[in-house]
Amino acid sequence: MKEVICICCPKGCHLQVDEEHDYKVTGNGCPNGLAYGKEEITNPTRIVTSTVRVTGGIHPRCPVKTDKAVPKKLVPAVMEALNDIDLKAPAAGGAVVIEHVCGTDANIVTTRSI
Amino acid sequence: MYDLVVIGGGPAGLAAAYQAYQHGLRNILILERDKELGGILNQCIHNGFGLHRFGEQLTGPEYAGRFIKMLNDTNVQVSLDTMVLDVTPDKKVHCVSKKEGYRIIDAKSVILCMGCRERTRGAIGIPGTRPAGIYTAGTAQRYANIEGYMVGKRVLILGSGDIGLIMARRMTLEGAKVLACVELMPYSSGLTRNIVQCLQDFNIPLYLSHTITDIQGNGRVEKVIVAKVGPDRKPIPGTEMEFDCDTILLSVGLIPENELTRQAGIEMDPHTKGAVVYENMETSIPGVFASGNVVQVHDLVDFVSGESELAGASAAEYVEKGEPESGRVLNLQVGDGVGYTVPQRVRMGNVDKNVTVSFRVRRIYGTSSIVVKSGDTVVARFKRERMTPGEMEHITLPRVLLEKAPQDTLTVQAEEAQKS
Ligand SMILES: Cc1cc2nc3c(=O)[nH]c(=O)nc-3n(C[C@H](O)[C@H](O)[C@H](O)COP(=O)(O)OP(=O)(O)OC[C@H]3O[C@@H](n4cnc5c(N)ncnc54)[C@H](O)[C@@H]3O)c2cc1C
Ligand code: SF4
Repeated sequence: MKEVICICCPKGCHLQVDEEHDYKVTGNGCPNGLAYGKEEITNPTRIVTSTVRVTGGIHPRCPVKTDKAVPKKLVPAVMEALNDIDLKAPAAGGAVVIEHVCGTDANIVTTRSI
Repeated sequence: MYDLVVIGGGPAGLAAAYQAYQHGLRNILILERDKELGGILNQCIHNGFGLHRFGEQLTGPEYAGRFIKMLNDTNVQVSLDTMVLDVTPDKKVHCVSKKEGYRIIDAKSVILCMGCRERTRGAIGIPGTRPAGIYTAGTAQRYANIEGYMVGKRVLILGSGDIGLIMARRMTLEGAKVLACVELMPYSSGLTRNIVQCLQDFNIPLYLSHTITDIQGNGRVEKVIVAKVGPDRKPIPGTEMEFDCDTILLSVGLIPENELTRQAGIEMDPHTKGAVVYENMETSIPGVFASGNVVQVHDLVDFVSGESELAGASAAEYVEKGEPESGRVLNLQVGDGVGYTVPQRVRMGNVDKNVTVSFRVRRIYGTSSIVVKSGDTVVARFKRERMTPGEMEHITLPRVLLEKAPQDTLTVQAEEAQKS
């Protein structure tokens, strides 16, 4: 049994994950916890949010995110990839900045227009 | 003359203005001192907003963006770069901007949505020198996420509020070393999910029941001494730890920004440090409403929007029909273990089916109940599995139960379940 705290919503349920019985999850307040508990033990993933450089906008940085969760171990590599980006304003919200970042199926998208 | 002037264009102001428009007001003005709408959400680039409302994990700018887009399809007017200086009891709003100079705007109704500012009191109490390198977590967040500056390389965080936790992750991802998060209380005031994904993910230790006892450095922070505290919250000699760091971030709470509210002579609540509000978010001045962080410190923006929609709808009703029927007035009081309640007053004449009350408990509770009493009579009881000061509680009181209250005061209290 492993204990995992679900981070899918602010409730923060304390999940019990049974590795010996197909990662059966108990203690979840809703169905999202079932998938999260299993994934957190087998292949933990995270959404990455950060900023990229932008010129010509009202601010020098534009916020971005991965549009899907990426494997936790790739988070530093994703951050690294963002350093090479130089956006030009105006840019729309939701615009793709990097496709398939670090070989994942996630894209980096802007989270505001600037 | 405007039907409604909204002060502050954060999530509270946006939702209030939009809802007032939906309820028929056509002459609405939002006054915002920043150069864009969105309030604090613009710097909260992490995700986790909007789960209740949109069923999605949005980032702060995305959440604000949805409301701004909705407003763009209305004729609600916005004045940016405009600082409100005064609101008078007869609803004249004094403001100043570079473009239009000093203006006095007449309003039929006003909604106060000025949000919060970060507490720095924790800093003033800390002994030691006064070097550079000490920031509030929100200031560091603005620098990092909007202006594009990193405030330091080796960071210690004092206080475990959500902003501090979020910044621990943010600074780490940007290449800084976050040495520890130090919390005076025996529990964190932040959300559990933030402790997991912002501290545990990066092996950042959280020292509960600890505080900073000394800050050293000439010009810039060089060293910080941290010690364990006893139940009296006083440092215990001999437990000191040294941290070599160049930066301290303070995440020691938020204070509602209520200078305007106080100047207007609106009745204040010493518990929330915000205005006393009725069931429809109206303050002690008829036609002046308040919502969002200026009324009570929220951790979830979804509830800010909900509360503000109520304020917006109520303002529209006030403009169209005048003050609501008062009827009997119930006063809500804080009982054992409860820090405050919002609303503080309920006019039964204006209650349709029920009233939602929000509050925070003062310590961690396991299996417990929230008990609402009037004198010795229990009016309502709600079961909870767990309550913490870091998470706001909500209860819905049906009108039929409120009518049974023998006295005009209602006490809200928390009770731990009896262990069998
Ligand atoms: C760092 C941080 C992290 C957070 N993380 C989360 C999260 O992960 N998930 C979540 O759901 N919620 C989160 N929240 C909470 C949520 O963002 C806030 O509760 C919400 O922004 C409050 O909205 P508001 O409109 O009341 O205040 P604000 O957003 O502060 O807006 C107030 C506005 O009023 C303006 N104003 C103030 N005074 C004047 C004046 N005199 N004249 C003109 N304009 C004025 C200000 O410029 C500002 O734009 C977080 C909050 C903070 C601070
Ligand atoms: S299990 Fe469901 S209710 Fe519990 S924290 Fe996860 S998402 Fe929230």
